[in-house]
Amino acid sequence: MSTITLAIILMAGTGLVLGIVIGIFAKLFRVESDPRVDLVTELLPGANCGGCGMAGCSDFAKAVVAGQVPPSKCPVSSSEQVSAIARALGIEAGESFKQKAVVLCGGDREQTMRLASYNGVADCVSASLVAGGPKGCTYGCLGMGSCARKCPFGAIEMINGLAVIHKELCVGCGTCVAVCPRNVIKLVPADADVHVYCNSPLKAPAKRQVCKVACIGCRKCQKAAPEKFVIEGFKATVNYANSPLPTQEDVQAAGCPTGALLSAEEHLRIEKHDPEWSAEK
Amino acid sequence: MSKSSRNVMSFGGGIHPSVDGKSLSSGSAVRKAPLLDRYTVVISESVGKPPKPVVKAGDEVKKYQLIAAADGFVSANLHAPTSGRVVGIVDVPGAMGTSVPAIQIESDGKDEPCEPMPALEWRSAPVADLLKRITDGGIVGMGGAAFPTHVKLSPPPEKEVDTLILNGAECEPYLTADHRLMLEQPEAVLEGAAISARILGVKNIFLGVEVNKLDAIEALNKRAGDFGVTVVGLKVQYPQGSEKQLIKAITGREVPTGGLPMDAHCVVQNVGTAAAIADAVLRGIPLVERITTITGEVVKNPGNWLLKLGTPVIKAIEFAGGVTEEPGKLIMGGPMMGFAQRSFDVTICKNSSGVLLLPVSRSIAYDSTGCIRCGRCVQVCPMNLLPCLLGNVIESERFDLAAQNHVMDCIECGSCAYVCPAHRPLVQHMRRAKAEIRKRKK
Amino acid sequence: MSEEIKNEIKLPTGSQLVLSSSPHIKDSDSVRRIMYKVLLALLPACAAGIYFFGWRAALVMVLTMVFCVGVEALWCWLAKKPVCGTISDGSAAVTGLLLALNLPPNIPIWVCLIGAFLAIWLGKQVFGGIGNNPFNPALVARVGLLIALPALMTWWSPARGMSPTSEDAELWYSPSTIRAAKSVDTVTHATPLDAVSCATPLGVVSTTKKIMGKSIEAQENFAAVASNEQMVRYFLGCKAGCIGETSVLALLIGGVILVLCKLINWRVPVVFVGTVAVFTGIVNYFCPGVTPPPLFHILTGGLMLGAIFMATDMVTSPITSTGCIVFAFGCGIITSVIRIWGNYPEGVSFSILFMNALVPLIDRFCTVRPFGYVAKRG
Repeated sequence: MSTITLAIILMAGTGLVLGIVIGIFAKLFRVESDPRVDLVTELLPGANCGGCGMAGCSDFAKAVVAGQVPPSKCPVSSSEQVSAIARALGIEAGESFKQKAVVLCGGDREQTMRLASYNGVADCVSASLVAGGPKGCTYGCLGMGSCARKCPFGAIEMINGLAVIHKELCVGCGTCVAVCPRNVIKLVPADADVHVYCNSPLKAPAKRQVCKVACIGCRKCQKAAPEKFVIEGFKATVNYANSPLPTQEDVQAAGCPTGALLSAEEHLRIEKHDPEWSAEK
Repeated sequence: MSKSSRNVMSFGGGIHPSVDGKSLSSGSAVRKAPLLDRYTVVISESVGKPPKPVVKAGDEVKKYQLIAAADGFVSANLHAPTSGRVVGIVDVPGAMGTSVPAIQIESDGKDEPCEPMPALEWRSAPVADLLKRITDGGIVGMGGAAFPTHVKLSPPPEKEVDTLILNGAECEPYLTADHRLMLEQPEAVLEGAAISARILGVKNIFLGVEVNKLDAIEALNKRAGDFGVTVVGLKVQYPQGSEKQLIKAITGREVPTGGLPMDAHCVVQNVGTAAAIADAVLRGIPLVERITTITGEVVKNPGNWLLKLGTPVIKAIEFAGGVTEEPGKLIMGGPMMGFAQRSFDVTICKNSSGVLLLPVSRSIAYDSTGCIRCGRCVQVCPMNLLPCLLGNVIESERFDLAAQNHVMDCIECGSCAYVCPAHRPLVQHMRRAKAEIRKRKK
Repeated sequence: MSEEIKNEIKLPTGSQLVLSSSPHIKDSDSVRRIMYKVLLALLPACAAGIYFFGWRAALVMVLTMVFCVGVEALWCWLAKKPVCGTISDGSAAVTGLLLALNLPPNIPIWVCLIGAFLAIWLGKQVFGGIGNNPFNPALVARVGLLIALPALMTWWSPARGMSPTSEDAELWYSPSTIRAAKSVDTVTHATPLDAVSCATPLGVVSTTKKIMGKSIEAQENFAAVASNEQMVRYFLGCKAGCIGETSVLALLIGGVILVLCKLINWRVPVVFVGTVAVFTGIVNYFCPGVTPPPLFHILTGGLMLGAIFMATDMVTSPITSTGCIVFAFGCGIITSVIRIWGNYPEGVSFSILFMNALVPLIDRFCTVRPFGYVAKRG
């Protein structure tokens, strides 16, 4: 019995002494932290995606509190979240410009020719270093899914050897843009719905040799809506600086001969081989 | 150092590839390729700034005529390989996979040279003239990197250079182009070496040859004394022909990390480059053709060919009698460091030392498994790195750890991936890490 | 070139081209081949085990291998890993055989099954499978069993050529066994060896020390177990112990195969055995009553098996040669210390496991100087 008592007393005593020591040290070496930083960190999404250009959300919070950047610099937060942060700190929310990423390539396994089979690391950077990868087009999506693995929001899906971005999940942090060795992912205004899904600057015959859905620069879209499209080299792109941006009607009016001009939803459905969509066509 | 102890010099690490393949083509003398209808000369084939084209579509050109002029110091001239009409500037697949611009020339069948540059007397001509001739001749390193030779031969004054090393190791299996060159034109190689040494103002000239090419060593030794060149026999060990390992084997010096051979007071040159220098200086001929080994088990008549720049690989294979079966891999260069190609439309460049076709049976896909820590890669790494560790940290995308463990010192010789029993793609990992680290530094 | 000749030339179409990073040629060795070569190198030891302990030993070896492969397959199936690929590399079979060689010949079969679970599951798969285990799986199982089931794991049956009626019987058998054997012998002329247990040489030494201390009797006993005649018997394999430990000769043949196939770093067994020899030699020279001479230590117990096959395991030993020397030296010291002063008669398994734990540290400090790093430091 006495052994048990002794053990209990010893344990309690040790705990007490250690507790006092910890308490003293906590007081002595306390790190002063700004409570506002914690508050802002809490209001931020906490994805640590790095889309703001800083190491993570708490770094961004420090910068916001210090007044170095406006809260709207966070690409992930919605405008309500941004204004909540601004209200809490009593500062201006800043100009908010929402962007979303888009993979400007429609060349999945069936559309784009493969010149060779590839044996190596399943990573886009690695593959692009081996003779530019197995795909016939050296400008399009490599399809190894490096961006999908890196996306902090799970917004990128690999369908049939092509990266496809789910618009509703994308927050425009730009992680994928930095990862892609082919620079085929671009950040565009969030409300842009129609894109020219081609990234190749080559001449039309060279593109057609390897890809069925390349933009051949026929200017049909530009003729249909001159201010909404621009031709750069041998390829059309949506004029993202112009307002209004092209819509589904413009796609129909243009009648793209190769099918490179699509709305984001159509792009997703083609890749998924949606039978309903095929029937509509 | 006595001559006998120099007999088989080497470095630490390295491998002895079980496949040698040199016997396929080492016995065949260099043959001159027949004239083609069309040549596609890649413009940006050398390291540094691509030269600027000085011809346009429709121009008539003569053989040896300048078609693209060097743009800046680290850039090399380009000359017409034959006479004919310029078709235009077209995009062709480059050796690295991306499309590159090239000047296409339609041959007129006459192969008519233009007025040649005057021959120089190398022992008496001013050094500046010799250097200018090498610049004019568009000479680049023909061993692999295609670095402009005139840059290599004009080291900054603060770097003291006392040794010139000629690289005739040719440690890559299958390749025999340098071997045949040393055997058939030993004088051109030695002349080029002497000219380079005179430009650099150095007295120590070594020519390293692996001792599996005894006939070449013999041929070189006959005249080596006249040019002040010491021919050094090197142990047959891959990668003996890597610049840093060659310097270590011959002089015992180590190139400091991140440094150039001139930091170890050496300049290393390929024997092919030396022969090209001799051609430019003594005969006034710019670099428009080179010896290339066309080989592999599936090639009908493997051999060495004197090919003009811009010869499509498919034509080169035709010269060698075509193939016996469909190849599974097309490699520009040797099997250890060469680059797999996806198209037969790539063309011969100034640094194409070999075209290698491997059979399908030897191109099978390897499944890589986890590292079993056998340590073989550590034993063979000529740079004394820890490839197994690097492979693991790169696979988990810890590029900071890769940099700490000296991934940037990797020479991508492939010894580690060659011996790895788990078939890990170590070289590909290293390349990826280097690319990512360089990207981050920017 | 005429038209006909031109037509005969077959040109490649590029339909079969494969893209991969250099190098494009590879050494023919693979993980599977390495494992099969290790199995081959273990064959002499297996043969010796069967010769000295009978078919019962063969049964233990086969069943332990089957159990290990089975447990590996089960785990891979549960963890949704490719089952065939994992088993066909042969590593589970090697672990199984090594474990069997580390078990007493008369071990009950259910113990083998537990051992297989410990080796494959606790020793290997929980860490992520081959290449990731910090400890040698076979040794994890052996030590686990030794601690959990000490009686079964130290119940040694005599080897062929040992008999309770022989002259040196009092060394190996308890007095009651000898008495029983003698009485049975005279009456029925039968030797019921199956039910008889005996001591291992190291067991004798350990018991001697505990009972007699540093007395003269102890020294006499040491001299008896370490006589020249006994040494030859130990070398050939006539001694009680684990299945694989018996014949030093067979183990050495296996070691030569491994070294010739470049599967092990010869420094590990040489330094390991050398350290034990030197250490025990020093102790024996200064205090002969504490431990028998070094040759006894080399030829008995699991030292040879451990030094040649266990400490050289690729996954759990250091990757550099310097590291291997440090590792083997540590193993040797710990083995000697346990054998001379420890409570257990044998310390090879413990020493290797302990040094396995230090491998990351050894790897960290025993790196080689990368090429070209002299000038920078100076």
